[in-house]
Amino acid sequence: MAVNALYSHRDPMLKKRDDFEDILEERRNSSDLKYALRCYTPVLYKGVTPCTSSMLKSMVLQSDQLHYVINQVSKETGKATDDVKEEASAILEEMAQCLQLSTVRFFAFTLTKAFKTLFRSICVNEDGIQRLQQAIQEHPVVLLPSHRSYMDFLLMSYILYTYDVALPVIAAGMDFMGMKFVGEMLRMSGAFFIRRSFGGDKLYWALFSEYVKTMLKNGFAPVEFFLEGTRSRTSKSLTPKLGLLNIVMDPFLKGEVFDVNVVPVSISYERVLEETLYARELLGIPKPKESTSGLFKARKILSEDFGSIHVYFGQPVSVRSLAQGKVNRCQFNLVPRHIPRRPGEDIASFVNDSAYRLVRAQEENMVLKPWVLVASLLLQHHHQNQAAGQKRGIALGELTAQAVWLRDLSRQYGAFLHWPDHIPPSEVVSSSLTLHRGLVRVCEEKVQLAVEQAAGPAGPGPHSSVAPEEELLSQAVIILSCASYRNQALHVFVRPALLALAIHTASSNQKQEVFNSFSFLRNMFSNEFILCPGATVQDFEEACYLLVKTGALQFTQQEVQVTERGHRTLAFLSSMLDPFLQGYQVVCRFLCEEATETLIEKQFIPAVRKFIKKHLLAGRLRYMEVLSSDLQKNSLAALLRLGAVRKIKGVEQEMLKVNKVMVNSLEDTLGGKLPTPKAAVARL
Amino acid sequence: MASNSSSDRQRIAQQRLRIIAGHLQGPVDSDSTILAAECKAQGSKTDVSSERKTMPRRRQEILKWNGWGYSDTRFLFNKKGQAEFTGKRYRLSGMIIPALQNWFEGTFGASMQHKSPAMPILTSSAVQPPTLNEAFVDELKSTGIPFSHDAEDRVFRGHGHCLHEVFALREGKVGRVPDIVVWPNCHNDVVKIVELACKHNVCLIPYGGGTSVSSALECPPEETRCIVSLDTSQMNRILWIDEKNLTAHVEAGIVGQELERLLNESGYCTGHEPDSMEFSSLGGWVATRASGMKKNIYGNIEDLVVHVKMVTPQGVIEKGCQCPRMSTGPDIHHFIMGSEGTLGVVTEVTMKIRPMPEYQKYGSVVFPNFEQGVACLREVAKQRCAPASIRLMDNEQFKFGHALKPQVSSIFTSFLDGLKKFYITKFKGFDPDRLCVATLLFEGDREKVLQHEKQVYDIAAKFGGLAAGEDNGQRGYMLTFVIAYLRDLGMDYYVIGESFETSVPWDRVLDICWNVKARIIQECKDKGVQFSPLSTCRVTQTYDAGACVYFYFAFNYRGLSDPVHVYEQVEHAAREEILANGGSLSHHHGVGKLRKEWMRETISDVGMGMLKSVKNYVDPKNIFGNRNLI
Ligand SMILES: Cc1cc2nc3c(=O)[nH]c(=O)nc-3n(C[C@H](O)[C@H](O)[C@H](O)COP(=O)(O)OP(=O)(O)OC[C@H]3O[C@@H](n4cnc5c(N)ncnc54)[C@H](O)[C@@H]3O)c2cc1C
Repeated sequence: MAVNALYSHRDPMLKKRDDFEDILEERRNSSDLKYALRCYTPVLYKGVTPCTSSMLKSMVLQSDQLHYVINQVSKETGKATDDVKEEASAILEEMAQCLQLSTVRFFAFTLTKAFKTLFRSICVNEDGIQRLQQAIQEHPVVLLPSHRSYMDFLLMSYILYTYDVALPVIAAGMDFMGMKFVGEMLRMSGAFFIRRSFGGDKLYWALFSEYVKTMLKNGFAPVEFFLEGTRSRTSKSLTPKLGLLNIVMDPFLKGEVFDVNVVPVSISYERVLEETLYARELLGIPKPKESTSGLFKARKILSEDFGSIHVYFGQPVSVRSLAQGKVNRCQFNLVPRHIPRRPGEDIASFVNDSAYRLVRAQEENMVLKPWVLVASLLLQHHHQNQAAGQKRGIALGELTAQAVWLRDLSRQYGAFLHWPDHIPPSEVVSSSLTLHRGLVRVCEEKVQLAVEQAAGPAGPGPHSSVAPEEELLSQAVIILSCASYRNQALHVFVRPALLALAIHTASSNQKQEVFNSFSFLRNMFSNEFILCPGATVQDFEEACYLLVKTGALQFTQQEVQVTERGHRTLAFLSSMLDPFLQGYQVVCRFLCEEATETLIEKQFIPAVRKFIKKHLLAGRLRYMEVLSSDLQKNSLAALLRLGAVRKIKGVEQEMLKVNKVMVNSLEDTLGGKLPTPKAAVARL
Repeated sequence: MASNSSSDRQRIAQQRLRIIAGHLQGPVDSDSTILAAECKAQGSKTDVSSERKTMPRRRQEILKWNGWGYSDTRFLFNKKGQAEFTGKRYRLSGMIIPALQNWFEGTFGASMQHKSPAMPILTSSAVQPPTLNEAFVDELKSTGIPFSHDAEDRVFRGHGHCLHEVFALREGKVGRVPDIVVWPNCHNDVVKIVELACKHNVCLIPYGGGTSVSSALECPPEETRCIVSLDTSQMNRILWIDEKNLTAHVEAGIVGQELERLLNESGYCTGHEPDSMEFSSLGGWVATRASGMKKNIYGNIEDLVVHVKMVTPQGVIEKGCQCPRMSTGPDIHHFIMGSEGTLGVVTEVTMKIRPMPEYQKYGSVVFPNFEQGVACLREVAKQRCAPASIRLMDNEQFKFGHALKPQVSSIFTSFLDGLKKFYITKFKGFDPDRLCVATLLFEGDREKVLQHEKQVYDIAAKFGGLAAGEDNGQRGYMLTFVIAYLRDLGMDYYVIGESFETSVPWDRVLDICWNVKARIIQECKDKGVQFSPLSTCRVTQTYDAGACVYFYFAFNYRGLSDPVHVYEQVEHAAREEILANGGSLSHHHGVGKLRKEWMRETISDVGMGMLKSVKNYVDPKNIFGNRNLI
């Protein structure tokens, strides 16, 4: 943490990124049918011959792994091995993909039609595609797209088809299978289906992992899955799930392949199709079941403008080089490789670290639109005005000026910002506002969030025709939708913002104090944002570097000094995290005030939601965002991780046991009430 | 053997000589080899053989001082650019090898224009003057045991045949070498030398054939005592043969080809044939746990040894009987075998012998790909019907073998012309860039050999293997004898290389082959090697539970400032890859100093402690101070 070390950081602004090409452009000028029927001859790994899905299934069923597990299950359950085999075969039937070029062509045709109406452009970095082509020929490839929409994997396959790249097989959640027809269509376009939870089911796990490994090892097709496990409803990257990553790294670790290339892919939507759906889900407004008819109802969205999509294929990451010096592969030498074993601690933490690095690689190449900055500013204004009792919005000119300021700041922080510099900033801002007209109101050159919309012109009050709670929810839908855009930029700001907050809460300007405070906050929020495990010092240094570089901070001897111009930056940064801070505090308060000694885990969300609504309606809370179940779950996860809450097995359901003293002190520390966070840190 | 007429014996003996060790044209005797001192202790015993071909004390008179093998034998590219093998010792000697240049240039991107010749002679100024322990020298003189501190003698004993060792010699660079070379003539001489060494605290390094490929013979640079190289070459008699028990008692300095030649004269053989058998010694085999090509019939050295005598600083260690097996605690032979000269000098060994086989037959099978080949070898091992030798070469080695086809020769006439014709006429469905070949050697009664042959070919057929003739097989084995000479040719043209080996469970064989080869290629690329290296392997021995895999690796080093360092880094990485893939640190080359760093993880902390405590008891003053192994 020496001051010198601060300046050893690589300047994020120097990050090199590829250019984009719009793949819809050609589609708009040529025949869709021809495109769908074009000759498709992708190059495969080491020139392997493609393998039919039935061959694949029998390879899996005949593998040593399966043989072993089938015998084991048969011994444990007393079932005949033939019965277990049959069971296995049925599971595989339910799971397996059966990629068919005809289906892909069908999708190529229909998706082209849909994409052309929905989106202005679909931009792809062609250099990335070229790297991918190369990678596929060298080693088995795993594709790791970010997950913000149902569309993600169709879009991926669509792009790969367009560029004549080998089509991936995709791990998809079982919930798709609820939609009979769509499920089968997806299966034929390369999706294979996994149950959401299969905890102790050995047979299922064996089949699933062997199925994935067989495809991967033989290089039949790139394997694609979502590291985040599910679609992020908040546009923030989710804490990575490790199951599949473990599986795809295993063949390398066990020496079954020389290397595996992992390719992070960042898909950025200017407007997500599921925008308000997500907000409603987070607020606990019942979601329409994922059914075929439901999807067709979504046809009305076809008439809307969803802007453009940017898909960035990142640098392939070699698992071999990731593992270099981190794992000792000799540990697999003493037990036959087909016998399933729990990974050792070093493997587990290696996979976990890798997962974080890969998610960060996704984040780094997410394209940010000007609207992301505008939304961040509007949210902050909304809350400031609300606090001041004003309801008038911000002048367009003022908003533009602030957006330009933020544009420059985010660029200095290394954001991958797509701000058209040849267009006057005011136009850039207005066109963002137009595209997102559902979320903002522009009235007499004043801009504000469209929170009044649902409540009617009269606003809240005794005369309102709408119940206050309903109104609250409909306002929250808008706020959460906006927040999801702001969240897209969080990964750029989160480290400096944590530092800003730390400076704010630390008891003195002493660098050590600030670091302690930073470290506490970072630890607290590590379920909320993607913060690589064990990288506290690096993150701190990066944050310091950025703030010093942009002239917001100065270091004198042992002290941290905010500069004159730094106040604006720091205020902006810390208010960015304010909602989260308040959210965690309110969850703590809930646990201290409302929760009895033990709480049924399933009751947590509804109860905390009720508690928060009450406080919001009473005007005691500033941020409606704290209604987000995502935030509530994350804060509970953090408290569980820190041991302030413990999970215990109840008679029928899981219970939460709250350590009120500890929760209380965490809340205080979050609010900067304790003289030094050291005490709290020490207790953690 | 009683049923065999002596003329039969003679015939077989001659055939054997021709086939395996018959590369030698005749004895290269020089006056200097005449025994310097009669060994009194054994004066009463008579040699079993009349005519001995002793390695001269001045080895440099017949062997290269800075390369492999006999001075009169080497590969060179003649004025027409054709490769030629000089001398008269080997079957290939005096022949033109037309395809070699093409293969050589194509494989390595090497060129006849770019030569990197070796320094022709050793300048004695390059050699440090010896550190002599005067008291030791005086007493040694009084024993009458011959010794020397001539620079050439010393340099010759200061190295084995690792790439870095030979490369340095070619550049005329000499590091720490022994200060004295001593030639004991029998066990008792060794006892005296060891006693004197202990008395005067000098460091002893046993030297057998000098074929070590593990830096085992290198003198530790940090050694400040006088270093004495104990050359066993003059202890090379067969002391007795016991036909009732089928054993022979032999002095440990005898080299492989000589041992076989002498036993063959009596109608016997040991059947122990490491590829280095022309030069490596019985004591060296015991000290390194060597393995011979025909171990499937005869066993590895540990299976062949019945009794060993070793002189240590604590005295002589040996068993009290010549019994086939004992249950008397841990087998003390296993402290001796693989001790790599760290505990004492092996002086005499009783070895199993067998009547010479009546019939030998080479064979080969071509497989469509390496996977099928490995599957076939696995099945052969499972059915326990492996021939005397069975080796599976990968595609690159198969092509390499073809490049070594000589122009015209009675033995090779049946061979079709060129690689292309070979597979086009016979192996139509096979991809010439994927097919691979297994070479076979059968031995035994004629009838049984033919039966055995059929069994193996039937198994091979199940894995898509097609019989590909005797010549192909024979040529494969020839390759292993000339490969070391080829390395010297490569070094004349900026190409350096080496081989290394491992053993691995069956289920890992394929993976280890791919991964290690790929690792070599990747490391070369990362280290700035301009041209993709030759990276090839063969499965060279089979066991019930696994196989021995042998890798060859060579590259063109033009443009690299420190090629040996690059080479060593790549070999290091390759070894790490082997270990990560479940392979052993060594199947038969041993540890020496080259692979010492991995011993702890190979045998565990306790294992290291065991070895160290044995060393501490046997040799507390570290007289046998070559610092191998632990
Ligand atoms: C081209 C080539 C092919 C090879 N092929 C094979 C093969 O097929 N199989 C195989 O097993 N190895 C092979 N080797 C390796 C080498 O030949 C063996 O390790 C061999 O056993 C060494 O014997 P040596 O007499 O040459 O011993 P040296 O090289 O002289 O010594 C090797 C080690 O043994 C010690 N030592 C030697 N003699 C004695 C003794 N009498 N008492 C105590 N210690 C002693 C030395 O101090 C040294 O540490 C090959 C090497 C080369 C260069």
